[in-house]
Amino acid sequence: MNQFKITTAAAAIAMMANTAFAEVEITWWHAMGGALGETVNTIAKDFNASQDDYKITPVFKGTYEETLTAGIAAFRAGEQPNIMQVFDAGAATVIGAKGATIPVQDLLVDNGFAFDINDYISGVRYFYADADGKMIGMPFNSSSPIMYFNVQAMEKAGVTAPKTWEEFQTVTAPALKEAGYTALSQSHLPWIFTENFMSRHNLPFASNNNGYDGTEGTKILVNNDAIKAHFTAVTEWQKDGFFEWFGTGWSDNQTPFEEGKVAIWLGSSGSFGGLSKKDLNFDFSATYLPYWEAVTTEPKQTFIGGAALFAMAGHDADENKATAAFFQFLTKPETQYFWHQETGYVPITEAAYEMAKADGYYDRAPAAEIGILQLSLPAGENTKGYRMGFYVQIRDVMNREYGRILTGETTVEDSFAVIETEANALLAKFSKTQK
Amino acid sequence: MKRAGFTTRWLPILLLVPQLLIIAVFFYWPAAHAVHSSLYLQDPFGFGSTYVGMDNYTDLANSTEYMKVGRFTLIFTLLVTFFSLSLALLLAVKADSVIRGAKTYRTLLMWVYAVAPPVAGFIGVLMFNQSWGPLTELARSIGWDFKLGVNFNDTATAMVLVSVWKQVPVNFIFFLSGLQAIPKSVREAALIDNGSATRRFWDVTFPLLAPTGFFLLIINITYSLFDTFGIIDTLVKGEPGNNPMTLVYKVYVDGFRGNDLGGSSAQSVVLMVLVLALTVFQFRLVERRIHYT
Repeated sequence: MNQFKITTAAAAIAMMANTAFAEVEITWWHAMGGALGETVNTIAKDFNASQDDYKITPVFKGTYEETLTAGIAAFRAGEQPNIMQVFDAGAATVIGAKGATIPVQDLLVDNGFAFDINDYISGVRYFYADADGKMIGMPFNSSSPIMYFNVQAMEKAGVTAPKTWEEFQTVTAPALKEAGYTALSQSHLPWIFTENFMSRHNLPFASNNNGYDGTEGTKILVNNDAIKAHFTAVTEWQKDGFFEWFGTGWSDNQTPFEEGKVAIWLGSSGSFGGLSKKDLNFDFSATYLPYWEAVTTEPKQTFIGGAALFAMAGHDADENKATAAFFQFLTKPETQYFWHQETGYVPITEAAYEMAKADGYYDRAPAAEIGILQLSLPAGENTKGYRMGFYVQIRDVMNREYGRILTGETTVEDSFAVIETEANALLAKFSKTQK
Repeated sequence: MKRAGFTTRWLPILLLVPQLLIIAVFFYWPAAHAVHSSLYLQDPFGFGSTYVGMDNYTDLANSTEYMKVGRFTLIFTLLVTFFSLSLALLLAVKADSVIRGAKTYRTLLMWVYAVAPPVAGFIGVLMFNQSWGPLTELARSIGWDFKLGVNFNDTATAMVLVSVWKQVPVNFIFFLSGLQAIPKSVREAALIDNGSATRRFWDVTFPLLAPTGFFLLIINITYSLFDTFGIIDTLVKGEPGNNPMTLVYKVYVDGFRGNDLGGSSAQSVVLMVLVLALTVFQFRLVERRIHYT
C-alpha cells in the first residue's frame, strides 16, 4: 500500500516536472499497420525515453494512399502533422509541392546536426532527392523487390534459384512444375515488373532524366520492346502453368507461397520480418531479382520502394528542431539495426549496415541481407528511381491493363499502348498543376 | 374557399431559415465548390491551380475508360435494383401469408438490414475467398472457376450478389407493410371474382403496391449508384486494378487516391446532373401515373 502511494506520488511529481519543462510535442502520421505499427511505436517510445525535451506521437492513418490524402487535406486546413510518411508513388506530388515540406537535409543542417548524403547506402540516396541531389525526404521503410523461394521445393525439383529469366523458363519452372508446384507468383506488377524491371536492366523509364529534371514535357517510356517481351513471356508462363496471378492485391499473391503451393514469390525485402514470424512448414530463402540475358549481360541495382518521412512546413522553430532531433535519432545505427531486424526493411545508413554485419546478423539470416546487397549492386544512369506526377493514378492504369492482359481481355501490344497514352495524359495534366 | 396562410410575411421565412441554412451549408456550398474546381487543374497541396475551362469535362467525354465505368454502373444498377426488388417482393408475399411464427420469420428476414455496407463487403470477401471461400467452392463444384479480384465478371457477380443481399431486407420491410395496408375487403372481393392466386396478385395486389414499389425503385437506384461504395471498396480491397467499379467509386479513386481534384470534381458534377435527371424523371414522368390512395 505504502509502495503504491510512493509510486503515485513519484508519478505525480514526474508529471509536474514534465509540464514545468514543457517538452515540445510533435506528431507523426504513418501508414504502418499491424506488427510494423508496433515497431513504429517502439521507436517513438525509445526516442521519447532517450531525452526530455521532445515527445513524438505516432498516429496510424491507414494505407499509403490514405495517409497521403489525409496529410494533404490537413495541410490545406493548416492542421498538418510535423512528420508525414509518403510512399514512393506519391514522391512527385509531395516533392513538387515546394513549400509544403522542409527538405530534410536543410532541416538537419539548420538545426546543427551533421548531414552527409554519402553516409546513406547508395540505393537509397537519391530516390527522394531533388534534381540537384539534395535529400528532401528521409528514407524510412526502404525495401526493394527480391525473389523469395521455398528451399524444400527447390530441392525436390532438383534446381537452384534462377539467376536469369531464361534460366527460369527453360530449367527452373519446368522442373518445379514436374515436382507439383506453380513456379512463380509476384505481388506488385507496376513495382516489380515495371519500375524495377527498368532499373535492373538499366532502361530509361521516363524522359527528362526519368522525370527528375522537371515535369514539363516528361513522357513515360514504358512502351518498349524489352518490357513487352517480358509480359509476353509472363503470359506464356501463365499458359504453361509456370506462373499464376491472383489479383491486384498484395497478400492474395503472397498467400499461395506461404501455403506452399507456389515455389517462388517476388515480394518486398520488407516482407522478410513478416515471413520469418510466420509458422511456415518449409524453409525459405531469398536472392536477387532475375534479369533477361537477352536485354543485358550487366544487370544493375534496383531502387528503393517503401516510403520516406517528410518534415511538413508551417511549424515553429522549436517543433522543427524536435523533428530534426527525431530524424537524427532515427538514422542512428542502433535504431536502424533494430528496425532492420524487426521488419526486414533495409538499414538506410552504411554505419547501420556495418553494425548488422559485425553483429553476425547475416550469418544467422542470410536472406535478410539480399535487399541491401541488391540495392548496392553496380548503379547505372537509370537506377536512381523515377519522378512522375499523378503516379498513383498511373499505377492504377498499369494495374488495370496488366490485369486485363493476364485475364486474356487484351493483348500485350494494345495494353502498353493504352498505358503510354493514359500515363502521358496524366503527366501532362500534372505538369499543368505545377505552374 | 379561403386559403390557409400566415398573417405576416416574415414568420414563414423565419421558419424556413434553419432548413435552408442546412441545405446551403451541406449541399449548395460544396456543390458550387465542386463546379468551381472542376474548371481548374490544381496542385494537390493547393499551391498552384490553372484555369482549364471545360478540359476536365472533355477529358471525361473522350475517355473510353470512363465510358466503360459508366456502362458498368448502368448494368450494375439495373441488376441490383431488379433483383433486390423482385426477391424482396417474393419474400414479402410469401411472408404475408405465413400465419404461425410470422414474427420470428419476419424478423429473421429483416436482420441483414443492420449490416453496414463495408461489413457486408467483408463478408463477401470471406465467402468468395480464393482458396477456401464456401461460395467459391460452391461455384467450383458446378464447374465455374470463380476468382474474386482476378476475373472481371466474377468480381462483378460478387458485387451484385452482396449488394442485393444487403438491400433485400429494406425492400422486404416496405413491401410487407404495403401488403398489409391493402384492405381485407378488397382482397376478399378479388377472391370471389377470381380463383387464381397469380391472377389476383397481378390484377389487384400489384397495382395497389405500385406507390410502395415506385418509392422503392427510386430508393434502390440511388442505393446502387451511391450506397454500394463500401461494398465495392471492400470487395476490391482498395486496389481497383482490372476490377469493375461504379462512377462514385471512380470519383474516390481519382480524387482521394490519385489526388486529381479537378478531374474528380468534374466527375462529381456529372453525377450531380445524373441525380437531377433522376429526380425530374421521378416527379414528372412516373409520379403522375401512380395513384396514391
